[in-house]
Amino acid sequence: MNSADILRNVADNPHDYARSLKDHGKSIIGYFCSYTPEEIILAAGLHPLRLFGAKDDTGTADAHLQAYCCSLVRGALSDVLSGRLSYLAGAVFPHTCDSIQRLSDIWRLNTTFRFFADVVLPVKLTTESSRLYLEDVLRKFRGDLEEGFSITITDDDLRSSIRTYNSIRSSLKTLYSLHSRRGLPGAGDLNAFVRGSMVLDRVEAANRLSDLVETLTGSTGSPSSGKKVILAGSVCEHPDIYRLIERAGADVVWDDMCTGSRYFEGLIDEHGDPLVALAQRYHDRVICPAKHSSVRSRGDNLVNLAREHGARGVIFLQLKFCDPHSFDYPYLKETLDKAGIPSMLLEIEAQLPPEGQLLTRFETFTHML
Amino acid sequence: MSTPEKDKPKKFRAAKRMREIMTEYYIDAKTASQTGKKVAWITSGGPVEPLIVMDVIPVYPENYGAMIGASHMGGDLCAKAEALGYSTDLCSYARADIACSLENGGPIGGLPRPDMLICCNNICGTVLKWYEVHARYFNVPLFIFDTPFCHTEFPDIARRYVRRQLDEYVAFLEKACGKPFDQARSMEVGRLSLEGQRLWQAVLDSAAHKPAPMTAFDAFFFLALIVTLRGTKTVVDFYQELLTEMNERIEQKIWAIPNERYRLLWDNLPVWYRLKWLSDTFAAHDACLVADTYTTAWCGSMKYIDENNFFDSMAEAYTRIYLNIGIDEMAETIFAMIDKYQVDGMVMHSNRSCKPYSFGQYDIRKMIQDRKGIPCMLIESHMNDERSFSESQTATRIDAFMEMIKQKKG
Repeated sequence: MNSADILRNVADNPHDYARSLKDHGKSIIGYFCSYTPEEIILAAGLHPLRLFGAKDDTGTADAHLQAYCCSLVRGALSDVLSGRLSYLAGAVFPHTCDSIQRLSDIWRLNTTFRFFADVVLPVKLTTESSRLYLEDVLRKFRGDLEEGFSITITDDDLRSSIRTYNSIRSSLKTLYSLHSRRGLPGAGDLNAFVRGSMVLDRVEAANRLSDLVETLTGSTGSPSSGKKVILAGSVCEHPDIYRLIERAGADVVWDDMCTGSRYFEGLIDEHGDPLVALAQRYHDRVICPAKHSSVRSRGDNLVNLAREHGARGVIFLQLKFCDPHSFDYPYLKETLDKAGIPSMLLEIEAQLPPEGQLLTRFETFTHML
Repeated sequence: MSTPEKDKPKKFRAAKRMREIMTEYYIDAKTASQTGKKVAWITSGGPVEPLIVMDVIPVYPENYGAMIGASHMGGDLCAKAEALGYSTDLCSYARADIACSLENGGPIGGLPRPDMLICCNNICGTVLKWYEVHARYFNVPLFIFDTPFCHTEFPDIARRYVRRQLDEYVAFLEKACGKPFDQARSMEVGRLSLEGQRLWQAVLDSAAHKPAPMTAFDAFFFLALIVTLRGTKTVVDFYQELLTEMNERIEQKIWAIPNERYRLLWDNLPVWYRLKWLSDTFAAHDACLVADTYTTAWCGSMKYIDENNFFDSMAEAYTRIYLNIGIDEMAETIFAMIDKYQVDGMVMHSNRSCKPYSFGQYDIRKMIQDRKGIPCMLIESHMNDERSFSESQTATRIDAFMEMIKQKKG
């Protein structure tokens, strides 16, 4: 398999891959949010695995969660309760939204993995005190891992991990730029590469992505003829969406997603105290709506992204019952309206709406652009 | 199913006094721009005492939300917010309040315009988003008091972070008000706040008496003052009066439910637009909701307050509140309430408007059933949006639940 196939394959079959890693003696730590300080997990010699939650067969979660809980949280809980995550050595819960917060409690009380940690990050990321607290939280997490696995995480371990992550993140950004400028790789593939990078062994992921960058930089291509759009929301694990957007005559040239630019934007300083550098990156990165930087940063960022990449419209992709994103939507839409950038909202649950219906919605929107 | 007139409990004397105080308070707040006072909008779990020290009038969109709900205006206002793009799945307090600000509606002609916004996220992540909306709309300074969630502990690193924010809060207020923070006054306000909380706890504790002189529905009403004006003498005097009235009722054998046979515990915020209906429905079964986890939250972290150093101890007291802790610790609090108030069953309001309060209820219910062996029922609603409530379905559930309690207790 070539690098693209390997990344696509692990993105599509994360559980099979994780089980094989475990069979080879790896301890696997599951996580749910792009604010997880994965770098420390990797530095500990453990394998961080992003969990997206089952799309169907989520009945086991019904005994713990009401119907008005988002599909991400419901899917994750049903995965763990039905034994589909038995390969995990543990899980880590960064402070995100109210729902993930309670998922952490329910998970802790209903599972018996070796390791469990809450990483209670600050919510406001505007002050020196919150930056110092963030450093403290990362230090505490490092200690929790050391204690939980009877290991020592050295600064050199952290530096090495940081270099790996910087390599992954800069390659992903280069691939996004290549897509935006030359149409290669395809938008759906990009999504698979990001998700694959959250599953695959990180050193291998860094190598595979470098390989892709090298291969694709040398290839000739031309940008898609589709109208350029930005995808904005939380997570997207539906490669079909990109295909349908393409069929509707548009092309996702960039995004503001956890499974996209919010994951790879912002490199970590490779000099000085690695933990301080790590805290700085998480303090300064583009925020998700569950965090606070300034009251207008998310809207400004979205307009800037659209302008920078020549996008003519924005497609909001939101999970039903996701409070932080739903609260920001009216303001983001208004900000885009004022900047003359049309947008559409697609609210989804675990499964996508029927293909025909979705295509019609995308076509209608594309015609407007 | 309404209670016969002769069985209706006597009205509380204190209710009239409370209405007077709240009217005065709102007049004061609404005329602040003429009297030169500053107005701060603050979340219900936020540290209000420093505002009192600075003579800033605290105004509570959540208290206003309750007013909207109780006046049955929630549905219309929520629909207005939905027309503005806010999802119907969002908190109905927030939707209704945002609609009031953006569309100029709601009871008492709307809230007075804020000079500043104080958002403490110890109750939910929703308030952060809600106050960001207001900060953009009113274009006034926003102070976020960030209280790390205490799933299993309140580590020193969190204590240090919150304590630093108290200093930042004071600096923010000094800048906004253009005057220094008076430390001596702060001590006095702290003392009054703690005294107010003690008295509120004592009022709630009076319902531990069998039969109870008050119900949780009374607590929902009398709660307003400990939320809004904590740290003032008005609150201390008022709850002293209310406590005296409770004790008189116990002496004179005036019970909230004349033939109280069953004692229940309520969980989560009230269903504001069905208070009377719920009260009557349970009363018709001779069931008294003797206590609740919601109104108790305003005196639940007294154990962390240092009487001699109120200011510093606010860091812990405001972080370790009921909604900012893990569900196992919440369950422990409930177990203690079940014993204290001698409860026969639990009514859990599964509140679509409040995910941090509601997710975890199923696990807590199981813990209660395992540990305490009492029946629990769930009522589902959006606390402030009457369009989401099914009265007939709820009535059927209550009947079945009460049947279970009766069979168990006899």
